Amino acid sequence: MAALTVETTAVPVHGAATEKVATATRVASAAGAGSVRFEKLGKIYRSAAGAVNALEDIDLEIPAGRVYGIIGRSGAGKSSLLRTINRLETPTSGRVLVDGQDIGRFDEDALVELRRRLGMIFQHFNLLSAKTVRENVALPLVVAGVPKKQIAERVDEVLALVGLEGKHNVYPSRLSGGQKQRVGIARALVHKPEILLCDEATSALDPETTLSILKLLKDINRSLGLTIILITHEMSVIREICENVLVLEQGRIAEEGPVWQVFGAPKHDATRALLRPLSRDLPEDIAARLQPQPVAGGEAVLELHYTGGESAGPDLSCLASALGTSVRLLHGTIDRIQGHAQGTLLVAARGVSESNLEALKGHVGSARILGHVASDV
Amino acid sequence: MSPAMYNRLWLAFLDTVQMVGISALIALVIGIPIAVFLVVSAPGGFFEAPRLNRAVAAVVNGFRATPFIVLLVALLPFTRFLTGTTIGVWAAIVPLSISATPFFARIAEVSLREVDKGLIEAAQAMGCRKWHIVRHVLLPEAFPGIVGGFTITVVTMIGASAMAGAVGAGGLGDMAIRYGYQRFDTTVMIAVIIVLIAMVTLVQFAGDYTVRRLRNR
Repeated sequence: MAALTVETTAVPVHGAATEKVATATRVASAAGAGSVRFEKLGKIYRSAAGAVNALEDIDLEIPAGRVYGIIGRSGAGKSSLLRTINRLETPTSGRVLVDGQDIGRFDEDALVELRRRLGMIFQHFNLLSAKTVRENVALPLVVAGVPKKQIAERVDEVLALVGLEGKHNVYPSRLSGGQKQRVGIARALVHKPEILLCDEATSALDPETTLSILKLLKDINRSLGLTIILITHEMSVIREICENVLVLEQGRIAEEGPVWQVFGAPKHDATRALLRPLSRDLPEDIAARLQPQPVAGGEAVLELHYTGGESAGPDLSCLASALGTSVRLLHGTIDRIQGHAQGTLLVAARGVSESNLEALKGHVGSARILGHVASDV
Repeated sequence: MSPAMYNRLWLAFLDTVQMVGISALIALVIGIPIAVFLVVSAPGGFFEAPRLNRAVAAVVNGFRATPFIVLLVALLPFTRFLTGTTIGVWAAIVPLSISATPFFARIAEVSLREVDKGLIEAAQAMGCRKWHIVRHVLLPEAFPGIVGGFTITVVTMIGASAMAGAVGAGGLGDMAIRYGYQRFDTTVMIAVIIVLIAMVTLVQFAGDYTVRRLRNR
């Protein structure tokens, strides 16, 4: 007991102190460290052309263990926000807290320590062309002064984790984009970080490779329990792996919440604009024949929107009872996000008027009659 | 050409190799730190020091603006202070390396500056200190370019070393002037030129080959 007290209080040599910090971090990590909080964060870029408010009034809490997405159009400030977490970017005002510690107060040594608790991957991978895969992945440990034997073991471990066994001695120029990003991920994970920062990690990859990288990130989040904070301009990436999403617009928070809620019922124009590529417009053949007034013997075309908050999801029998058995499905998409089915359906039904819509209440997020068509569409 | 002349040519060749070799080594050892300093201390670099940067850049430019033959003469007192003499191979090495160092530093600087900023950012993000970034990122990534620049420097120095004959340093240039030009011995002149061409070709080939190997991995 006495020996234990001595060991935890006496840290005379700097090197020993660093070791202690590292051990403490590892323990904290197991207990779920990896939270980030922004308080009244602001960033102003000053240049000859004048001052630009890159970030303004960001108040946000990212809990440990989440896959958290930050989305916005280019120039919305996503990249700056992400970079304040490891202080590659220094905020002009406000604070960033990692595990409750204000990182703005860190001196150089503490900052290096912090960065060794965070991993980061990049859009263009940023691998060193003069080093092999093994040397690239080993670098964070080499500069941290970890013994060679441990480095070799750990590098084998992470390369196996990202599915790159047998590529140890290859130079990055010989790898495909997806493989390069896997090396990037291995390098970011090699020092067992609490948080993984992803800067447009899939934007330079083709759709298929993007999916495989996102799946890898998801697996890592589950198996290692580390927090993943990613920025992207593609809603599909958010839909694929994120639990929460923050929409940034001109340096401010436009909206924030669980992904299914933000997707199902977007409140901000910026969110709707970002979601547009995922939604389908009214098919042209139907649009061309649509008339504002009911047509004798014709059908009404309805748009039904599901936000994911409905108790039973898209319930077909309820559609039939509200709209009559003539109801037909024309077009639409239903996605299941975090267990919530949401999307838009286009249906046609005979003899439907506004009064029928009342019966749909509670079963459909929103419903409206788009118009009428003469006969079968 | 008489056997004595062949012998002279061989000795002159060795003198040139010695002058250029040692000066090149000095330029390499001093030029790279200067180049690294110029890059990292520039505005936007990770060790910003604009005033010192401008001062060093001014000195480098000053030496580069001075023609070698002028530098050779202007540096005579300094050369005497360092080597105790103003004639011979060692007396030529002083101005030769002082002229080649800033030249090489500028070429190496360009290669270092071209290293992708993203790589430096990645290194910072993984917890590299400034020294680590120089050691593991800047120098290795710029290495092919530095080798190419060093090749150009050595070729330029072979040319400049011919002027060192003016301070009695010997070497191939000195031989061409004394025997080929002043004694009208065209054979010696041609022989010297052939040796110089062979040297430059060999250096250029070795440099190009190394760069190609480095770039092709």
